Amino acid sequence: MGQLRQRDDRRVGWLFVAPVLVGFAVFYAYPAARGVWYSLTDYTMLGTPSFVGAGNYTDLLADRQFWSSMLVTAYYVVLNIASQTVLAIVVAGLMHRLTRSVVLRATLLLPWLVPNVTIGLLWMWLLDTNLGFVNHLLHAVGLGTVGFFTDANWAMPAIAGINTWAYTGYTALLLYAGMLQIPQHLYESAAIDGAGELRIFARITLPLLRPVLALVLVVSLIGSFQIFDTVAVTTKGGPVSATRVIYFFIYQQAFSYFHMGYAAAAAVFLALVLGVFTFAQLRLLRASNSDLA
Amino acid sequence: MKRIMTTGAALLTLSLAALTGCTSSDGSGSGGAVTLDYWLWDDNQKASYQACADAFHTANPDITVKLTQTAWAQYWQNLTTQLAAGDAPDVWTDQASYYPQFVTSNQILDIQPFVDRDKVDLTQYQAGLADLYAKDGKRYGLPKDWDTMALVYNTTHLQAQGITAAALKNLTWNPTDGGSFEQVIAKATVDEKGRNGLDPAFDKSKVKTYGFLPEWADGSQGQNGWGNLAVSNGFGFLDKNPWGTKYSYDDPKLAATIDWFKSLIAKGYAPALDKASTLSRDALLAARKGAITFAGSWMINSYLAPDAKVKFAFAPLPTGPVGRKTAINGLSDAINAGTEHKEEAWKWVKFLGSADCQNIVGGNGVVFPAIKAAGDKALAAHQAKGQDVQVFVDEAKAPGGTFFLPISEHGNEISQVVQDAVQSAVLGQSDSATALKKANDQVNALFK
Repeated sequence: MGQLRQRDDRRVGWLFVAPVLVGFAVFYAYPAARGVWYSLTDYTMLGTPSFVGAGNYTDLLADRQFWSSMLVTAYYVVLNIASQTVLAIVVAGLMHRLTRSVVLRATLLLPWLVPNVTIGLLWMWLLDTNLGFVNHLLHAVGLGTVGFFTDANWAMPAIAGINTWAYTGYTALLLYAGMLQIPQHLYESAAIDGAGELRIFARITLPLLRPVLALVLVVSLIGSFQIFDTVAVTTKGGPVSATRVIYFFIYQQAFSYFHMGYAAAAAVFLALVLGVFTFAQLRLLRASNSDLA
Repeated sequence: MKRIMTTGAALLTLSLAALTGCTSSDGSGSGGAVTLDYWLWDDNQKASYQACADAFHTANPDITVKLTQTAWAQYWQNLTTQLAAGDAPDVWTDQASYYPQFVTSNQILDIQPFVDRDKVDLTQYQAGLADLYAKDGKRYGLPKDWDTMALVYNTTHLQAQGITAAALKNLTWNPTDGGSFEQVIAKATVDEKGRNGLDPAFDKSKVKTYGFLPEWADGSQGQNGWGNLAVSNGFGFLDKNPWGTKYSYDDPKLAATIDWFKSLIAKGYAPALDKASTLSRDALLAARKGAITFAGSWMINSYLAPDAKVKFAFAPLPTGPVGRKTAINGLSDAINAGTEHKEEAWKWVKFLGSADCQNIVGGNGVVFPAIKAAGDKALAAHQAKGQDVQVFVDEAKAPGGTFFLPISEHGNEISQVVQDAVQSAVLGQSDSATALKKANDQVNALFK
């Protein structure tokens, strides 16, 4: 008695966190700080960078290609998030209320497991104007062929569609997990009260799913802004600049033109924009408090 | 607490060691035996240059050359990153439109002193190639090969349309009515009912095989299409080549050329850009979706491969208002300015630029070596394989028949700006003259 000293886990706690902290410092914090520094210089990768102050940022704000890329990205995000989220909610709702087959759930994840570059190549062939299967079908039923990646009006919807195809299953699974947290008794009482499935979905599932939905929206919005690989594989930003999304813009500035400083400035700017978006979204959807509490 | 500190410190040291460990490992130079890193992008040529490296090693037992091949799509990014990291190859294959940025940033060794000392004969190379890599009395590489452009066509298809190989030998072209070149393209275009482009009943909305496949992802040079025709119409890219500072993409002669391509599309002889395939033209030609297109001599072994399902042949480019003009381009070998083995690297570059190596490469019939005699060897090697590639050589040798692609700073940005302008003109978002004028202003502003 009295011999037991209160053990302080904090010290050993740091030890366990250390590997992650070191990784975070080396691979995230340090590069991010360097990136901010580069954004204030005229770094070209070769040669020593010299300080140019806010020069890159003022150039950036006056760069029409930059704003065009931001707009193009926003267009993509709207197309992709809208279609993907609506589809995912429907699929998750069906899984939740109709079947809980593990095989089905696993199947839904399949497109998400395929690497993006493979998906890009796969759809590039499927959607090709001359040799693609989709255009073959369109032609066979008497509709004209569509240059999905070469028509300026179609290129972005096509890319958004491809990524919706790839990510709907994953998003649906996240939402499905959220739906499982909703207490079963609510559904039972609703059924006793004679509510139909659509009404149950609108009055119980959706409102109680809100915190999870908010998180999923934030995560997929950020992911959606980072669209790059599908563009890099299929259209390379074209036709003209119809699909030159912001990440592709940054990539070109950095690794094709070697304007490292300028590219870093664009990246920092994008990080700020994403931060504001995330903050606003979380506040608007009151993500941290659930109606269940 | 102390233990934790030491563990943390140990972890840090470990990761730091891992970080620094990868930078300083190039210490093989002092003991006599030297290994040179050499980079190239074309996998078709790797075997030939490996043979050169072996021959070089036999002659210089102290020096081993290690070849690394990286695909074209990643080549320049990898090279630049490696240069920035101080870990770049000692010698790399260089290309005319990409090398200026490395010269500007002092990454390539000036070899003029070595050339003078060892009295390298620069006249042994195909005319003009050596000067592509010279600036203000300094020299940044020795020529290794060259390529020219020609027409490639599906022989069976053209025969079926009554177009003989002889008729393709002397085609003419002008931007107004397209000359006999356009007549051939029209005849080679076939709709789904089998009517060709000259038939009054020809249905341009249901084309089965297009007479001509244009290339629109062709940067600022149009090497695979519009560039050659525009130059044969009297267009010139740059005030001074190499190393000019004022482009003239606003020249009406270029706009007229682009307008002619648009007229081909309007007539249904070529696919519209917004209905075009994203696949490469050789894949489309092989799928019989097109009959004729431009091809560079580096494509010879793809089109004339023994297992190709469609039989192709080459024909000379059409003669324009100021003659027949083909882009000629040549690669060189550059020495890393930061290499620890300058003398050995020069020895290797000199060997690559000598008949000893270029005869080996020529004998394999993959590219045309820069040394004239070795170029003839390549021609013979192609003939031995049953490949008729005479047109590429004839065009290269024709007096006044070639032009060099523009070489200047800001090459990558200009490429994107001009390609965007050409595409927006072809898509009809803007007329050719306006789009090109705007692009030209943007391009020239880069030099201010």
